[in-house]
Amino acid sequence: MNAIDVKDIVKTFGDFTAVKRITFAVDEGEIFGLLGPNGAGKSTLIRMMTTLLPPTSGTAIVNGFDVVKQADGVRRSIGVIPQAMTSDLELSVEENLLIFAKLYGVPREKRGRLIAGLLEAVELSQWAKKQVKNLSGGMRRRVEIARGLVHEPRVFFLDEPTTGLDPVSRVGVWEMLQRIKQQRDLTVLLTTHYMDEADKLCDRVAIVDHGELKALDSPMKLKTSIPGRNVIEVSFSVPPPDWRAALERLPDVESVTGEENLFRIASANGPATTMALMEAAAHANIPVHSLSIQSTTLDDVFVHYTGRALRDALQDAPASDFSFMRNR
Amino acid sequence: MHRTWAIVERELRRFRRSPMLIVMSMIFPVVQLVVLGYAFGGNVKHLKVGVVDQDHGVPAVKVRELAAAASSGARTIDPIEYTDPGQALTDLRNGRINGVLTIPPEFSRRVLERNQPRVALIEDNTDNFVSVALAGTLTAMLGAYSQPAARRVPDQATLDVVEVYPYVPYVQYLLPGSICMSIFMMVMIGGGIIFIDDKARGLHEGYLVTPITKFELIAGFNLSGTIKAVLSGLVLMTVGSLIAGIPSPFDPLRLVRLFVVIVATAFALISLMFLLMVRVTDPLMPRAMFGVLNTLLYFPSGAVYPQQGFPGWMQAIAAVDPFTYAVHAFKNLLLKNTGFEAIGADLGYLLIFSVVSMTAATMLFRRTL
Repeated sequence: MNAIDVKDIVKTFGDFTAVKRITFAVDEGEIFGLLGPNGAGKSTLIRMMTTLLPPTSGTAIVNGFDVVKQADGVRRSIGVIPQAMTSDLELSVEENLLIFAKLYGVPREKRGRLIAGLLEAVELSQWAKKQVKNLSGGMRRRVEIARGLVHEPRVFFLDEPTTGLDPVSRVGVWEMLQRIKQQRDLTVLLTTHYMDEADKLCDRVAIVDHGELKALDSPMKLKTSIPGRNVIEVSFSVPPPDWRAALERLPDVESVTGEENLFRIASANGPATTMALMEAAAHANIPVHSLSIQSTTLDDVFVHYTGRALRDALQDAPASDFSFMRNR
Repeated sequence: MHRTWAIVERELRRFRRSPMLIVMSMIFPVVQLVVLGYAFGGNVKHLKVGVVDQDHGVPAVKVRELAAAASSGARTIDPIEYTDPGQALTDLRNGRINGVLTIPPEFSRRVLERNQPRVALIEDNTDNFVSVALAGTLTAMLGAYSQPAARRVPDQATLDVVEVYPYVPYVQYLLPGSICMSIFMMVMIGGGIIFIDDKARGLHEGYLVTPITKFELIAGFNLSGTIKAVLSGLVLMTVGSLIAGIPSPFDPLRLVRLFVVIVATAFALISLMFLLMVRVTDPLMPRAMFGVLNTLLYFPSGAVYPQQGFPGWMQAIAAVDPFTYAVHAFKNLLLKNTGFEAIGADLGYLLIFSVVSMTAATMLFRRTL
């Protein structure tokens, strides 16, 4: 049985369609990532899977429970960390966990042991009595991760768990999630707009843009599914008008994108293409302004499947996903 | 119900750590009680009255003597003698004096002839309280002037007033409204504003993904809000009773009855607040509604002025306003020390109001975003 089974799910807010007939399944025990810019529909998807929003059409089965018809069954078996920091700042770390243990109906005799174990897992045991308002952003996120697991859920949803954290805290959260997942029988679904997060943390990644599922596979397979094993990014001072065609004729080149004096060349053999590129430039007497060779990243995958760079999409999109508010 | 108690526990733990919230919800009603209580409570004194004697006869002198006597007695008026009526009127228009008492030239002759002797009061009527006090004092003074020196058998009917309760200063009259206000302040700040702020911060998302039911959630918020508002009401009742000088403020039976009314009022107001806020998401909304609600609930309730003086539309508001019934019950208990039989209808209305509001709020509450 899949931990999550989403079929043809659609969500519209008035005449705006936030999620357009998306279908995917998440295996038990995997870390599954929804990658896309803000406004892509990731949060709307996660809200439908966690019973916070009713789908307009289609179905979502979580842990064998239908999110509409058996919402209570879904709620009992999932842990959810919303995008916003939602811990009670005035309460202590331990109290935050205790209140949620009670809300989930965790038996009194289990509460103490569970909370102590979780605080140890997120390395906050020594901060247990501190008010959350005295903790850093990364520590607050760890409190929320512990809070979401206080009733031992089987599926854990995290909506952009590292947004707003510094790079060190982000890596800390990744390591923590991987460790917790190994220790428990847990399926994790997270949304992110960080490619490195999806790449390093997720077993499989679904690329979502404008409410559509553009690609779904493991990060490695996604990277090998697109042309070129290397991407050469090169800029020239004053390239001639037919220079792009010349670049396309270089050995092992699979595609050339770019405009004016900056080009991105996808190559099956980065070093060979680079050597030929330098020779061609010297021969044509065109100075090379800058050059870098990279392995294919998920950003390249995103460009391939959506036609735009994720960083551009992030700039275009609103700062936060308020799509859920449009139905008010 | 254990989930309801989890919400209550969370809210009360937060409340305990927010001393500023507690202080803020108490300060306004206490300040209002003291300032309004003493601003409106006192008798109007030392009104300046220009006296223009154009007659100078013995009866005119007697009127002037009576005015001087009123000045040294109740001190309502301070007479100032004028010889020039024009100057007196100029001073009246410029606000230097509050009224001009004119004794016309034929006054003594008319007194002796018993031919409707009259004196004139020209008064500044822009301040209703002042003009009423002035006219009242001078009418009483002339009444005393016209009274025959000795009469064995009165030939006119008189009214003897018997007061059932000891004198009630205005500050005591205001206290019931101030207790309601302290409950309302806590309902708005500790209930409404925090509720919407939590919603805007996304805290409610955390609740909605748990198996808690709509009723358990609303009951949890209502119960915690009621407890906070009851604490606020109890503190103001105690402090206010001492400030206003309520006789025997710690009579145990009365305290029990007051506690019951405070609980009923808090429950009614928190239910009303949740009914109004159940679909609100904008944090500015409860703040904007605060002033309007305060005015709509407090002033028509009879807390500051008798409802019998209201126009019809305002009496209609007063009839459904839960403050009206709470103020009525508090007045009975604090000013008359009555039992439950005098406040049963008030408690009944507050209870029905609470149940209806809470049911409507639960029906309107959305379990999804």
